[in-house]
Amino acid sequence: MSLFSRGFRGRRSAQETRLPPGQYLTEDFPVLSAGPTPRVDTDTWVFTITAESGQATSWTWPEFLAFEQEHPHTDIHCVTRWSKTGTHWTGVSLDTLLAAVDTAADYALVYSYGDYTTNLPMEDLTGGQAWIVHEYEDEPLPPEHGGPARLLVPHLYFWKSAKWVRGIRLLDHNEPGFWELAGYHDYGDPWREQRYWGD
Amino acid sequence: MAGHWRSAELVGARRETDTARSLTLRMEGGWPGHRPGQHVDVRLTAEDGYTAQRSYSLSAPAEGDTIEITVQRVLEGEVSPYLVDIMEIGDRLEVRGPLGGWFVWDPASTDPVVPVGGGAGIVPLMCMVRARRKERSKALFRMLYSVRSPEERYYSGELGPPASGDGGLDVFVAYTRRVPEGAARHPGRLGIADLNTHGLPPELGPLCFVCGPTGFVEAAADALVALGHDPRKIKTERFGPTGGHP
Amino acid sequence: MTTSSRFLPEERRLDANMLAGPLSEIFAVDLTPAFRRCSMCGHGGAFAQLHVYVDCPGLVARCPNCQSLVLRLVRNGNTVWLDLGGTGCLRLHLE
Repeated sequence: MSLFSRGFRGRRSAQETRLPPGQYLTEDFPVLSAGPTPRVDTDTWVFTITAESGQATSWTWPEFLAFEQEHPHTDIHCVTRWSKTGTHWTGVSLDTLLAAVDTAADYALVYSYGDYTTNLPMEDLTGGQAWIVHEYEDEPLPPEHGGPARLLVPHLYFWKSAKWVRGIRLLDHNEPGFWELAGYHDYGDPWREQRYWGD
Repeated sequence: MAGHWRSAELVGARRETDTARSLTLRMEGGWPGHRPGQHVDVRLTAEDGYTAQRSYSLSAPAEGDTIEITVQRVLEGEVSPYLVDIMEIGDRLEVRGPLGGWFVWDPASTDPVVPVGGGAGIVPLMCMVRARRKERSKALFRMLYSVRSPEERYYSGELGPPASGDGGLDVFVAYTRRVPEGAARHPGRLGIADLNTHGLPPELGPLCFVCGPTGFVEAAADALVALGHDPRKIKTERFGPTGGHP
Repeated sequence: MTTSSRFLPEERRLDANMLAGPLSEIFAVDLTPAFRRCSMCGHGGAFAQLHVYVDCPGLVARCPNCQSLVLRLVRNGNTVWLDLGGTGCLRLHLE
């Protein structure tokens, strides 16, 4: 490409070493969505984990809030190249929820209110690496950011942190989700810049 | 082919408002011409190879190998601030187009037309007005233009009221925030009453072109349907909420 | 809390007029004037009137009536992923 537009730089800041490769820092919290915002009432909200046996375990909103609440403080990295540092969340660890489920599954397919899905290996949902969060910066999570509750898996690209989360299907095989079917990486490690198929 | 990027040079620029500028681009390798309502994709490349692209409506019929777009500077935008404030005559960018075969007006058609523009959504409608004039079309045009204040009007010297030599073209301007002195209409959103009074009755079967921010387009199209217009004769094009395609 | 925008995704959605450019790299014929019938809800209308969500890792087009997924387009350099799984039936007039 020989042509360039004199004086055009684009919206980028200098590369920060504490950020994964190819990311820029934002103070904002961009709203990304592949569809209309689901309106989910906590009165009818139910979260379900379905084991590979077909056995389903569900929690209502009050039951979910009754679990031990954790307060992850973490950086997040979106595959559209923005990163945000030092975000605070409140929610329940997946370890806590999975303790009630009899499973030996290797994979998980997370699904949302609306038609969004995303897949992860079970070992990335466990070991204190993943939460179902309902507060951001000590405020209830707003609908445009996935409220009432979203998945938070901050060590992977943020599309894995499904908004408006409704349940998880535990599987013995890998089943690609919404973006993973359409070119994005099955795993999505920002530090290895796994954006697309084959990265 | 429309799908290929071709380089273009800025050969003319004109301020429309404090935050909008019309750019005249000379297309290297020529231009096949376009239909009023079509758009182009514009691609900028930084010296280090970083690229960004956006869509912009063509605002006038082509003159040989030159085309014109009008760009609204978008708050926190990446491409529009460059096009509105930084790009100078002689600078270059890439263009793909003409694009879009649906939101287009055929100057050979004699059917009456109701163009409805909100903010920067006036741009493809202005292309229709200019093509109408250029082709000496007699098609009846009843245009409604929603804009925040007199200072934010595009093409104010050229686009009436009063109509400037465009027989059969009426332009109604609805100011949403601040009206000029002496105006009868209070500031407010373009509503169903405005469309009823200043548009055309559905019995005439006009073709309606609605362009603007998403909320404006959806409200105006709903109002036209409520007035009895055939949904199949309402064509819409949504811009990003702050003007200009994202 | 700060967000990049006061607008919700459904207020920022565009329409498939804007897909004319990206699809022109793939198809010889402009699909945007095509009449489309939705295989999910039966709705009929111009392809150009699909709702398009752009504030996400790709371009996502949905039926304006039932919101079902029509098209996903992801681009990385010269590689394109195109999922047309929800297209329904298109009627095109060829030149």
